[in-house]
Amino acid sequence: MVMPDAERLCLALAEHLRTGLHPDTALVGIHTGGVWVAERLHAALGLKTPLGTLDVAFYRDDFSRSGLHAQLKPSDIPFDVEDRPIVIVDDVLYTGRTIRAAMNEIFDYGRPARIDLAVLIDRGGRELPVCPRWVAHALTLDPDKNLQLERSDAGVLSLRLIDA
Amino acid sequence: MRNPQLNSHGELQHLLTIDGLPREILAAILDTAAPFTEVAEREVKKLPLLRGKSVFNLFFENSTRTRTTFEIAAKRLSADVINLNISTSSTAKGETLLDTVDNLCAMQADMFVVRHAASGAPFLIAQHLAAMGLEHIHVINAGDGRHAHPTQGLLDMYTIRHYKKDFTGLTVAIIGDLLHSRVARSQIHALTALGVPELRVIGPKTLIPTDVAQLGVRVFHDMRAGLKDVDVVMMLRLQNERMQGALLPSPQEFFKYYGLTADKLECARPDAIVMHPGPMNRGVEIDSAVADGPHAVILPQVTFGIAVRMAVMSMLAGN
Amino acid sequence: MKIHIKNGRLIDPAAGIDAQKDLFLAAGKVAGIGTAPDGFAANRIIDASGLVVCPGLIDLAARLREPGFEYRATLESEMAAAVAGGVTSLACPPDTDPPLDEPGLVEMLKHRARHPNFAHVYPVGALTVGLAGERLTEMAELHEAGCVAFGQAHLPVTDTRVLMRAMQYAATFDFPVWLQAQDPFLGQDGVAHDGEVATRLGLAGIPVSAETIALSTILQLARDTGVRIHVTRISSAAALDMIVAARASGIGVSCDVSVNHLHLSDADIGYFDPHANLVPPLRSGPDRDALRRGLAEGTVNALCSDHTPVDDDAKQLPFAEAEAGATGLELLLPLTLKWAAEMQLPLARALARITSDAARILGLAAGVLAPGAAADVCIFDPRGSLKVTRESLRSQGKNTPFLGRELPGRVRYTLLDGHVAYENGR
Repeated sequence: MVMPDAERLCLALAEHLRTGLHPDTALVGIHTGGVWVAERLHAALGLKTPLGTLDVAFYRDDFSRSGLHAQLKPSDIPFDVEDRPIVIVDDVLYTGRTIRAAMNEIFDYGRPARIDLAVLIDRGGRELPVCPRWVAHALTLDPDKNLQLERSDAGVLSLRLIDA
Repeated sequence: MRNPQLNSHGELQHLLTIDGLPREILAAILDTAAPFTEVAEREVKKLPLLRGKSVFNLFFENSTRTRTTFEIAAKRLSADVINLNISTSSTAKGETLLDTVDNLCAMQADMFVVRHAASGAPFLIAQHLAAMGLEHIHVINAGDGRHAHPTQGLLDMYTIRHYKKDFTGLTVAIIGDLLHSRVARSQIHALTALGVPELRVIGPKTLIPTDVAQLGVRVFHDMRAGLKDVDVVMMLRLQNERMQGALLPSPQEFFKYYGLTADKLECARPDAIVMHPGPMNRGVEIDSAVADGPHAVILPQVTFGIAVRMAVMSMLAGN
Repeated sequence: MKIHIKNGRLIDPAAGIDAQKDLFLAAGKVAGIGTAPDGFAANRIIDASGLVVCPGLIDLAARLREPGFEYRATLESEMAAAVAGGVTSLACPPDTDPPLDEPGLVEMLKHRARHPNFAHVYPVGALTVGLAGERLTEMAELHEAGCVAFGQAHLPVTDTRVLMRAMQYAATFDFPVWLQAQDPFLGQDGVAHDGEVATRLGLAGIPVSAETIALSTILQLARDTGVRIHVTRISSAAALDMIVAARASGIGVSCDVSVNHLHLSDADIGYFDPHANLVPPLRSGPDRDALRRGLAEGTVNALCSDHTPVDDDAKQLPFAEAEAGATGLELLLPLTLKWAAEMQLPLARALARITSDAARILGLAAGVLAPGAAADVCIFDPRGSLKVTRESLRSQGKNTPFLGRELPGRVRYTLLDGHVAYENGR
């Protein structure tokens, strides 16, 4: 299966978002791929509010089964969450569990006005009632496949399909 | 004999001592602690990692300060925290240490944080849990006799790394009552494991343990010589009951020769940091001018201590 | 009862015998070696093919825990352990509760121990009343009641004037004095050898000088008083050197070592194993090696089990809070064989340390298989082995640092005064 071009999808996603944003809207990328996408969107949209990042490891629902993962990144929310519209940005949307963890974490910083979700790829397979507001590309994958966003040394984003 | 604090996969099952832990595990704890420091700045200072878990603070020796830091760490991880202060006199009335442990296990404990006056008590508990088939219950040593205080040692390492970045070029001095200090023993094991090339201990011969050089330290009895060009100064607490008698003649003489003053600190490097595990005896082991001065990182130690304890609890609960 | 023990490898260290010889027992005595006495008609024949036949073992220190500590062990349980270990005579230290400081207590113990299946018991009387190191006991009366020597178990006589007078008084009657050397001040609160291991584990240390200072006091007072002195449970190379030097200067002094100190060092404390909490403390590896050589050469005269059953409640505690001591009656022979094999010693020389040499210290005409001697015999399988487990130990004390180990040798028969007291696990 040929994967779509990630850089082009980022630009497309930025165009989708442009019309729906409030002047105070803040983007929050989920480590690691979601942060790369959010950085692209943040630059393309010229947002004033600084970019937020989340490592949802502390909020994952599989902690008691698989423990903490190595290489944790600090979460960084450099703006006041209270009453602010927030867009969570991730690379690939699958079960929806990561998004649930991210929403839980955001609420520990304050009560946002609303939360929307923007993703590069929606691969289906939801296990929670999570619905993205913006999707650059949708496709259906078998559960035995993993779709990963990668970044080259030169900083170019690409999608790669691997066996789970 | 397998190190009783590691499980069959070589992961940390209990934290009993730093002695014998590989550098990779120490580095992993410090790396894991970093993201926890930021939790304290949130509106809701809580993470759900230990939600539904019961953490028993099992203190056979009173220590409000250490117990509080563990309590905060556990509560920020959403655990249910139960504090038990069990003076040794009440256990002397009949119930043994292991009776107490068995009782708490029957109450579905998930983690014990143990402080005990006898060296090795947390090992006894861990071995007992293994013998009872209760491997899922984790034990954290919060200080046992003169033996170990591993979370204090780890938070000290976190502090040093925060200010000095790298361990492999440092000269570090630990000063004062090493004989009775569990903190010093944990610091020595951590610093040597993390690759500190020059580790010194300074004190009068009455307070330096036998054969301590075999743990990888250089022994100094002259404080100025020992402080020469050090990057990190780690002071130890001198217990009141040891200030006079057969170990030391008086607190005044100790302060004169081994107390950290601005004057003596000038022997160290200009950017040296000064640490103390607390609570301090001002005017006995450290002068107020130093404790409150620009080199001191004593309060950051306390802050980092919460994050390090959160990291340790989360890692154990996940293994 | 006449017993013919045939086809065994007979080892009698005192007579220098190590050969395939039959042994003939009659009327509780050894009746013949090699050839049957005239007209000998055996009631029972024991086939000892492949087995070693040697004098019953003599243990210089076994705590029977009576009177006073019956919750730890009883005469019945420990005597079963003794014969299962091939031990036919044992000396028991005076640290019972109350201590063995009155003739009545000694008589009661001797009376209780009188049983055909019980090893011969030789009490060591208290040197001072209550072992408190203040007043002399009625040593002559105690001797008449059955005490073979006088000592303090591992407790000190702090007041050197009392110690001197106790030795003088004992010397008056030529009673031997058995003392353990540990300075009470340097040993105070200590629980482990003062060295790297204690430093690493944060255990309060007992320096070697605690032993050598006390030993120096004992040796000098022994010289001045002329008392027969036996130093129990030496633990360091320095102490052994002092004893060798004292002998060279004309002081008649003997000493023993425990099976624990012969095989273990402070490194065996491991992760705070309370079974390794012993008095005196396990010393360094070089100290242990010096004791092993000394026992082989004979500068250390005898080996004992220092049998000390301790109940789980007193043992399953943090190291420093656990009661000191290890069970040992059943390990005396296996640990002797292990030492002999590791040191490549002739079996007869090794067995001497727990038979004839120990008897000499006790002043007994035992530990030999000469015609006319008491028929106390141990028959063991040198190729067998003993797996040390809580279940395999007959002693009520399950406390030993050797738990879980497989040790060489297995006792098959123990005979007391020509009577089979133990046989193949029963």
